[in-house]
Amino acid sequence: MLPSYLTLAAILFCIGLYGALVKRNAVIVLLSLELMLNAVNLNLVAFSKYGVVPSLTGQIFSLFTITVAAAEAAIGVAILIALFRLRGTVKIDEFDEMRR
Amino acid sequence: MFQIDVTGEFAAFFIFSAIMICGAVLMISLVKVVHMLLSMAAVFLGLAGMFVLLEAEFVAFVQVLIYAGAVSILMIFGIMMTNHQHVEREKAKPLHEALAAVAALCLFGFIFYAIRSTTFPEPGPFDAGEDNTMAIGELLYTGYVIPFELLSVLLTVAFIGAILLARKEAE
Repeated sequence: MLPSYLTLAAILFCIGLYGALVKRNAVIVLLSLELMLNAVNLNLVAFSKYGVVPSLTGQIFSLFTITVAAAEAAIGVAILIALFRLRGTVKIDEFDEMRR
Repeated sequence: MFQIDVTGEFAAFFIFSAIMICGAVLMISLVKVVHMLLSMAAVFLGLAGMFVLLEAEFVAFVQVLIYAGAVSILMIFGIMMTNHQHVEREKAKPLHEALAAVAALCLFGFIFYAIRSTTFPEPGPFDAGEDNTMAIGELLYTGYVIPFELLSVLLTVAFIGAILLARKEAE
């Protein structure tokens, strides 16, 4: 059963990666990042049940990841709102000050 | 390697993974941002079901609470406070999208090859505790108390920072 879970997590991670690379609305890029983090959580919990030494540690780790992801989402949305107030857009390809 | 015997767990796994992959693909292909967000909520709920399947009931509950609840609402606020009429324009940079698709597919092929070519040892017996929440709580307050406290500091700092960043400048 473990390879099925790992494959599902890989599919989700790759979809998230594609979304993060392609989408132009910054909120959706943040959502794609959340999708990638979710895929990692699935791996952690799957290994906590089907790993060589099953234990609750994987679940604890996934709780930590969920917490950090929540903090990341809050900071990301706050930065977006500040940027929107400054520039009037949320398209990521228009935030290119560092490139010039 | 992928020997499949149709059991209840497999059926539930199939249903949940269908929900999750459909939600993720819809998130990529829909045009309105609010619709993308709703399909992501489906992914989050499907993942919570997957956690229940993996005997991680507490993590499943936290998943529903944090992701399907808090993060989705936060993103809705983000959309509403920025440009909620926004519709993804048609393909502006086909080369960019093709390169991104190739990169994602290459990564998937690499991981899939690694999964297929690994022989996973037979797992030992898994004991989720007769009360999963209590077992996690005990572990959190004994073995992982220092990371736990650090995490609470991180959360406080992050949320104060978020409030400071998003606040209107008082002039």
